[in-house]
Amino acid sequence: MYRYDEFDARFVRERVAQFRDQVGRRLNGSLTEDEFKPLRLKNGVYLQLHAYMLRIAVPYGTLSSRQLRQLALIGERYDRGYGHFTTRQNLQFNWPKLRDIPEILDLLADVEMHCIQTSGNCIRNVTADHFAGVAQDEIEDPRPTAELIRQWSSLHPEFSYLPRKFKIAVTGAEHDRAVIKAHDIGLRLRRHPDTNAVSYEVSVGGGLGRTPMIGKVVRDYLPKADLLAYLEAIMRVYNLEGRRDNKYKARVKILVHEIGVEEFTRRVEEEFARLDGPSVNADPAEVARIATYFTPPTYEVLPAVSRVLEATKATNPTFARWVEVNTVPHKAPGYAALTISLKPIGQAPGDATSEQMRLVADLAEQYSHDELRVTHAQNLVLPHVRQRDLFAIWQKLGEAGLASANVGMITDIISCPGLDYCALATARSIPIAQAIQHRFADAERQREIGELNIKISGCINACGHHHVGHIGILGLEKRGIESYQITLGGDATENAAIGEILGPGLAAEDVPDAIERIVNVYVEARQGNESFIDAVRRLGLGPFKAAFQEVAHAVA
Amino acid sequence: MAAAPKRPPLPAILLANDLLDGDVVFASVTAAGALAWTRDPTLALLAADDAAAARLEAYAVSEFAAQHVVDAYLVDVSIEAGGPVPRHYRERMKTLGPSNRPDLGKQAGDGIAAERRA
Repeated sequence: MYRYDEFDARFVRERVAQFRDQVGRRLNGSLTEDEFKPLRLKNGVYLQLHAYMLRIAVPYGTLSSRQLRQLALIGERYDRGYGHFTTRQNLQFNWPKLRDIPEILDLLADVEMHCIQTSGNCIRNVTADHFAGVAQDEIEDPRPTAELIRQWSSLHPEFSYLPRKFKIAVTGAEHDRAVIKAHDIGLRLRRHPDTNAVSYEVSVGGGLGRTPMIGKVVRDYLPKADLLAYLEAIMRVYNLEGRRDNKYKARVKILVHEIGVEEFTRRVEEEFARLDGPSVNADPAEVARIATYFTPPTYEVLPAVSRVLEATKATNPTFARWVEVNTVPHKAPGYAALTISLKPIGQAPGDATSEQMRLVADLAEQYSHDELRVTHAQNLVLPHVRQRDLFAIWQKLGEAGLASANVGMITDIISCPGLDYCALATARSIPIAQAIQHRFADAERQREIGELNIKISGCINACGHHHVGHIGILGLEKRGIESYQITLGGDATENAAIGEILGPGLAAEDVPDAIERIVNVYVEARQGNESFIDAVRRLGLGPFKAAFQEVAHAVA
Repeated sequence: MAAAPKRPPLPAILLANDLLDGDVVFASVTAAGALAWTRDPTLALLAADDAAAARLEAYAVSEFAAQHVVDAYLVDVSIEAGGPVPRHYRERMKTLGPSNRPDLGKQAGDGIAAERRA
């Protein structure tokens, strides 16, 4: 885990003091709402439907037990005893009072956390593969890169007033678990085929929202040492030429689309050549210093397969299924990376109570080298678990209602807060997720369906990533009622794709039926072990559209 | 503050968020006939004609300027047994709370019970 140095700590404390003063000035009338609003947004404070909302940055999704306990405490003391993990690997509190927020920010600073740049037209929290440092398909841990970018982008004077928000994601693995192709910049660590040197593949112009786009590669192999100069070149081109006349056309994806990827790349390379690399790029000693914080823990020497685990699995099929679905192989023999599902049937996806946070913090401390991760799919990860400890962990999770064996399954739904909380939403998301979960609650049926990602957004801003869901659901308003548009064939991985609309919008109560029809087409037509998304690619939209139309006609 | 929002069809009520707490509040009328904020949607003052709506609009402007509330606007309602109900589902959510958490928000009496005791 990265640890704040004296500068970081002082910087965050000063920001808290500034914000406390700004809140005071807002209340005594010396700041108007128009003057105060950008200041509160710079500190992650939004006004939602029922209350303020506080968005807390979790850099590249990595948390320590101490940090999660502090979040639990804040949730209990200043909120309603729960928080919401988001698709940006952050945590949001839904009910903080403005008067309490300076106090909350101080509590966050106590554990090296803050809300800086979780809103506004700046570079937002840098996200990363949630299996960073432990995945078997990883070239290099992406978090030293993400941390370097975090430091470089925090209050970068040139990039504090961008045309629009800017999101960067990093992965060091073959398989993309960080949705890098849906980010303004996506970085993938890879080896150069000739030199074997670790380099970055740089993609620019991905993004969802009103105009979904898949990121385009602008550099195949960027030398690691040139990262910051190259990012600076991209940001300069965007800062100068990104549109500021229309908020909906202001993201870098629109610039890349309008001038074309070749021209955009040419301008970036031109700027990069002009920049004085050594004065912009990070000092190698500093890069090395940052990297030391991400040194893997000392693993025990264990056999590749735990006999204890195998014996327990043999006698307990429910546990065996959970291990099969919620764990992935680890770099270290005898270990596993465990995903804790925050998608129990019928709960709001990504919500966790303070009690649950404390339990997970305790488990991370006891079984996972004091470390855990937040995933973009709104689950939590214990990254370094000995296989032989899995049964004890499962039992403790079960007592807290956190032992759902559904990671990657049809009930592991990504959902934004939607109109139950969000001021921007056009429709509710959470009840749709709950209805689908109830419809497919049966464990055997979920196993039969296999991997299937449903993603739900309550408005076109697409916080719920619906465009890249195997099945995407977008809640809109149609003639004064909530209406849900279904898309098919989206993909959030290295095979990134934007889903296509199946037909007219549906009323909320018809959505589970439509999903069921779509799933049935797949179950009947699949070949062997073919996954849902592979079947959609093979079959095309035709048969699914036909089944969907039956539902649409029945309710029209 | 941005230009005054377009007046919705009447009857309407005025809602806002309390600046300090963020809670949704409604303009109501005190026993003495003055305007005041309440957290209880059933007590929201109904503006059935232009004069009453103009009074609420003026109150929204002055209370925003006085740092008491933010995001104040008129909402068209229908009159039901329990009081005025916003016609649009978005504002109906504001008078209730999250639909997946009936234990939270105004539907659970948040801030309302205490107000009634006071």
